[in-house]
Amino acid sequence: MAEVGVIAVKPEAPAPAAILSQGYWALVRYRLLRDRTTLVCGAILLVIILAAIFAPYLAPADPYKTSMLRRLQPVFKAPYLIGSDELGRDMLSRLIYGGRLSLVMGITPVLNALIIGGALGIVAGYLGGAVNMAIMRLVDVLYAFPSILLAIAIAGALGTGLTNSIVALTIVFVPQVARVAETVTTQVRGLDYVDAARASGASTWAILRVHVLGNVLGPIFVYATGLISVSIILASGLSFIGLGVKPPEPEWGLMLNTLRQSIFVNPTVAALPGAMIFMTSMAFNLMSDGLRAAMDVKA
Amino acid sequence: MPQRVDGTALACLSVMLSYLLRRVLYAVPITLGVTVIVFLLVHLAPGDPLSAIVPADAPAEVVARLRIDYGYDRPLPVQYGLWLARAVSGNLGTSVATGQPVGPEVLRAVQNTALIAMLAAVTGFTLGILLGGIAGYNQGTLIDKLATGIAIAFVSVPNYWLALVLVILFSVELNVLPAMGMGPGGSEAWAWDWLHLRHVVLPVIALSAIPTGIVTRTVRAAVAEVLHQDFIQALAAKGLRAGRILPHVAKNVAPTALAVMGLQLGYLLGGSILIETVFSWPGTGFLLNSAIFRRDLPMLQGTILVLSLFFVGLNLIVDLIQTAVDPRIRRS
Repeated sequence: MAEVGVIAVKPEAPAPAAILSQGYWALVRYRLLRDRTTLVCGAILLVIILAAIFAPYLAPADPYKTSMLRRLQPVFKAPYLIGSDELGRDMLSRLIYGGRLSLVMGITPVLNALIIGGALGIVAGYLGGAVNMAIMRLVDVLYAFPSILLAIAIAGALGTGLTNSIVALTIVFVPQVARVAETVTTQVRGLDYVDAARASGASTWAILRVHVLGNVLGPIFVYATGLISVSIILASGLSFIGLGVKPPEPEWGLMLNTLRQSIFVNPTVAALPGAMIFMTSMAFNLMSDGLRAAMDVKA
Repeated sequence: MPQRVDGTALACLSVMLSYLLRRVLYAVPITLGVTVIVFLLVHLAPGDPLSAIVPADAPAEVVARLRIDYGYDRPLPVQYGLWLARAVSGNLGTSVATGQPVGPEVLRAVQNTALIAMLAAVTGFTLGILLGGIAGYNQGTLIDKLATGIAIAFVSVPNYWLALVLVILFSVELNVLPAMGMGPGGSEAWAWDWLHLRHVVLPVIALSAIPTGIVTRTVRAAVAEVLHQDFIQALAAKGLRAGRILPHVAKNVAPTALAVMGLQLGYLLGGSILIETVFSWPGTGFLLNSAIFRRDLPMLQGTILVLSLFFVGLNLIVDLIQTAVDPRIRRS
């Protein structure tokens, strides 16, 4: 799931000279603002994230409040807007609250991997030699496991829980980010302007900060945004098989798991949490594609 | 044209052989590293590895006896050495939960997983190559947008949810395909007839979604890139029909596509746990799941070891095939 083919964008009309003269970031912004798919996905994600943040103000009911009388109510039947779950809890409220844990579980490992994997890869790529050997062989070993297997193995060994899931997923993504960071850094390190900076007396730290980081962060960042979608699916997957958060917490994967028994009674409601995971993951994926295209230097 | 065996050809062969040798040798430390990680997983687990079988009120001497029996009293490196030596000779230990040897059970599960993984691979790769090829040839058109849209949806879909939706559609609503198990009446004996095949349909569709999406994206990008290259323009200018240019395109897309498909096959073998859980499919995922929740560490270790070694081996094979298909890799 890690290597996703990059889709080349169709050749567009080149940006006007006025934009080009304002520099790289103006160009990126210009391209993003003209990319309708990316804008729509960004808007969807913004709504999901804001809903998660402001869940206590938005949710019509208490997501933990059960009702033995009103279990598995269908969609659009008052007082529920989109039905109730197997314990009679309001689905809409649980889906809104569910975004909190699902997003945290999905995004935190990628942020961790961005920092840890990025640092490891840049150090390995810049220093080369024995340091590179040591870091990259360890990365290769971790990379030799299929992502889902490694995540489940670590989470299974550590035991159920939010923190353990995040640790497991972080370990899965660190080698992937480190590989990209190492490749890009190795390329940048060999370029003439780095040699020129060194010849003019710049310190290693200054070269790393100005020349390496400036050129390496972009690709690593774009790569990491592509990982968020995978991470969200895996994180909810861990909850789905009972390794993530524990009941009664609202989390999309866990909700999908507990509602599995109810597909014969109320299939529509049972499928809703998965639809949320799907929508979020797809929006992140499309946005990552848009970002990649907008930040492409060659186009 | 007859094969010329002169100096250059021999030199070429020796370069290739040394590359192959290097690649195989490189796999050795990786394999060892993988075994270390799988071994350490057990010790990552909080608490005593014996806690799964020993009741809390067991007498201390019984616990001490078991600890010696299972070898948990020795220093870690010694335990690792003994475990590796046994694993190499095919002995993966004894399940803490059932008391049965782990090896045969893992082997049986691997076969069941391989069955759906292979079928999903064939389905996903065929669909992916078709969709990706068509999209790549029709870049920027409505067909391309449709294929790209399908691909991104397949890449983004949580396949365990897709599995559930398929069960809702075909088992609950239409009642045409079974929702769980491997054969009629929950039997685990496989046969190539419709009674058994119908159990495979839904798991295979659910599993093939991700490879379909990823192969489509890869093939599309590769085809689009090759089509823009000068030699294709030259072939067209020379008057070659599209049908005759296709083999040239295919040859140039093949190495990239093969690499991605090899990885995907590995992910299918190692990543079917969620799908197997939904369909109660008696494969490695199912085994892993029960091992985790029964805290059966030898079983967990054994299953993960076998699956990850499969993955390492598969990666090696893919690299070797890729080298055979793409001469550019050898030269670099």
